[in-house]
Amino acid sequence: MSVSAADITAPRGRSLWDDAWTSLRANRAAMAALSIMLCVCMLVLLAPALSPYAFDSTDWDSISVPPSLATGHYFGTDDVGRDLFVRTLYGGRISLMVGLVATLVSLIIGVAWGATAGYIGGRTDQFMMRIVDVLYGMPFMFFVILLMVFFGRNILLIFVAVGAINWLDMARIVRGQALSLKKKEFVEAAQATGVSNFNIVRRHIVPNLLGVVIVYVTLTIPSVILVESFLSFLGLGVQEPMTSWGALVNDGAQVMETAPWALVFPAVFLALTLFCFNFIGDGLRDALDPRDRRG
Amino acid sequence: MTINIAAKSAQDTLLTVDELQVSYAVENGTLHAVKNLSFAIETGETLGIVGESGSGKTQTALSLMGLLPETATVSGRAIFSGANLIAMSTPELNKLRGNSIAMIFQDPMTSLNPHLTIGRQMSRVLVCHQKLSRQAALKKAADMLDAVRIPEARSRLRQYPHEMSGGMRQRVMIATALLCKPQLLIADEPTTALDVTVQAQILTLLGELQQEMHTAILLITHDMGVVASSCDRVLVMRAGEQREAGDLEQIFYQPQDAYTRDLLAAVPRLDGPVRKHMQSVNNDNQTLLTVKDLQVQFSVDTPGLFRPDSVLKAVDKVSLNLRRGETLGVVGESGCGKSTLARGILHLLPLQQGQVVFLGKELAELDANALKKMRSDMQLIFQDPLASLNPRMTVGDIVAEPLLTFRRELNRAERLERVRGMLKRVGLEADHVFRYPHEFSGGQCQRIGIARALIAEPELIICDEPVSALDVSVQAQIVNLLMDLQQEMGLSLIFIAHDLAVVRQISQRVLVMYLGRVMEISASEMLYENPRHPYTQALISAVPIPDPKLERSRVHTLLSGDVPSPVDPPSGCVFRTRCPLAEKRCAEERPELRQVGNAEVACHLVADETSL
Repeated sequence: MSVSAADITAPRGRSLWDDAWTSLRANRAAMAALSIMLCVCMLVLLAPALSPYAFDSTDWDSISVPPSLATGHYFGTDDVGRDLFVRTLYGGRISLMVGLVATLVSLIIGVAWGATAGYIGGRTDQFMMRIVDVLYGMPFMFFVILLMVFFGRNILLIFVAVGAINWLDMARIVRGQALSLKKKEFVEAAQATGVSNFNIVRRHIVPNLLGVVIVYVTLTIPSVILVESFLSFLGLGVQEPMTSWGALVNDGAQVMETAPWALVFPAVFLALTLFCFNFIGDGLRDALDPRDRRG
Repeated sequence: MTINIAAKSAQDTLLTVDELQVSYAVENGTLHAVKNLSFAIETGETLGIVGESGSGKTQTALSLMGLLPETATVSGRAIFSGANLIAMSTPELNKLRGNSIAMIFQDPMTSLNPHLTIGRQMSRVLVCHQKLSRQAALKKAADMLDAVRIPEARSRLRQYPHEMSGGMRQRVMIATALLCKPQLLIADEPTTALDVTVQAQILTLLGELQQEMHTAILLITHDMGVVASSCDRVLVMRAGEQREAGDLEQIFYQPQDAYTRDLLAAVPRLDGPVRKHMQSVNNDNQTLLTVKDLQVQFSVDTPGLFRPDSVLKAVDKVSLNLRRGETLGVVGESGCGKSTLARGILHLLPLQQGQVVFLGKELAELDANALKKMRSDMQLIFQDPLASLNPRMTVGDIVAEPLLTFRRELNRAERLERVRGMLKRVGLEADHVFRYPHEFSGGQCQRIGIARALIAEPELIICDEPVSALDVSVQAQIVNLLMDLQQEMGLSLIFIAHDLAVVRQISQRVLVMYLGRVMEISASEMLYENPRHPYTQALISAVPIPDPKLERSRVHTLLSGDVPSPVDPPSGCVFRTRCPLAEKRCAEERPELRQVGNAEVACHLVADETSL
């Protein structure tokens, strides 16, 4: 099967994705943000193994000590003697994971829901979008507290709660795109050649709205991380001894006057990550904007 | 040209452009949009700049007005009443813009501000340049609307642009441009977005106003017919360079430059020879498609909570038939229901009424699966070549898509082989399979669209304005390609277009539509030589012929007004509101199609030939 395709040495064309990648690479801010982001991810994944301390064990000799290279507490310790370097990176794992998983959940549900509603249109569209409206009407905090009360505090619940709210925005954006895409002539051409609705959505609608979706995703991830931080700040997020950037900032804020390092390090990581995602999102938006190229 | 300038006294020269260059810095080097262009315009004359898309016509116009984007580098001189336009600062230019130099843009739909009333937009020009009071400015604006033949000018001043039709808006644009009695009017494709009957009105109007005000006009167009009907001198451009310049008749009758000759030869004409149709392979005159009383309606929201939606009859009882191997042309102005008819025949839209019998089967009676199978025999080619191709798919995948549905037994390699063969057949290279649509030109994209339509080897192809987005030279290639393929594959075509000359080239029979109804069906040569329906006559008379002498000697029957709204069509004969012959009976009785000579005509007033 693949033999025939390999046999032919026809020149490969530049797809719109290739073009977007080229123009993204020319965007210095976005590329800097992307490399910083990669560094943060590597640190978060690998660096805790380098430290002799565990994220949940107390070092009785150094309780609430400032950062020091000599002791190996690079970011200092908190008021129960836990190493903040390791905790910050562990917190990063949770925060980034919440950001990615919740966004992925909202991406899958939102794109499928929005593309279907937008493409089919008519009554189906009305019905599907009214469901979205109803869900919009539910107070988010109330929803989260309710989940916590019923099922207890659990990191999975945060994914569910955040994802359940975020896919609504995604569905609306995708539906709008699908509505305009379905009037395009190439969709009509597909209808005229008897392509089934499922395949039209899969082959023609979804690939063409991915550009907008990707930009939205890069802007959703930081907002989800913020929401998680906010929940943790309220005491509704991750459970001790596990932690997240939001929870660390909360803890740090309480001892801000006596141990500023407990606030500064997680806050810097959180802010840096949010900045990076926003820059990448901006860069992607410019790179994927067809107005730049077609004109 | 230099001879021309020398012959006249220097004072007559209004604008002298000298070595104008416009360039843009792009990724890999510099893009020269205009190269070393020099020309002059004299007071009161019309200079036509002709060229295909990308030839730098519009760039030239915009550079004179100082309207180019900041990324453009402009050099050279454009001397207008002693001052160099190119070197002027924006405040200096603002004193000239709209005052002694005015511009009309191509698209009347977007060049007026939708949030301001017509009166407000027009009076602002006068308040700005002539320091008139608002009252005086409004009065003058109303006078100018009168001058461009807009009825009820005073009440129009309070209207917003969306309340007017395209032709009306272009008149408003012209009126606004002429408010300060400019010495030079730059008209950038002023009639391209309009229908031919409206185009004829606008061109006549421009000519008359020019006579009255003695304005010089720089007319930018791609249409040789428009040039022949309204210019004094012509400048032919290609790829940013001047190819030829001279008097109108010299350009048309003794073109020196090869490109000018090609351009003139490529222009489809309403007169002159057409390529002979091969007799269809099987002369049994077998009917392929019969459409009977086809009706397609849309419901349109009516403002108000409890009022019922009004009904728009986009296609109203259209009947036609098509023989194997035949080409039927469908012509009409925009909004007459041509495209809806195409989609109705293909059952891409729900029909309210009527039958479509294709290959002996009535499509409405088929279930979804049988209809899908039937689709392999009827395909559609679209107007916008790029928009009809999915930008995220490779050309190979696009062309192969019908095979995925209709020829499921083929494997990947066989599909690829067929796609490569088909690409060669439509004049592309087989190696283009892995490329993407945006890497191709408009004409090439249209070839890809044709390849997609033909790959499942259909019987019937409906072409919906397949060449109207293309340059003339490319148009001719595509039309020839379609005709070649038709012969090779024994295709039947329905060719929809608003351009009567193109339809004449390709069709054996032609159907004329107006407001969703058939006005006339007739053999192609008959229709153009001896149009019977008053609408057909007006339509043909409105098309400018690219031949200055012939064009001057023609008598144009100008239609008044615009096409009525299809939501509320006139009673009886839909054409009666614009028909020069209309009488009482036309408002009461709907004319049915009847045989007149060899043609079928829907008009009460066309005399039967047998009764003569």
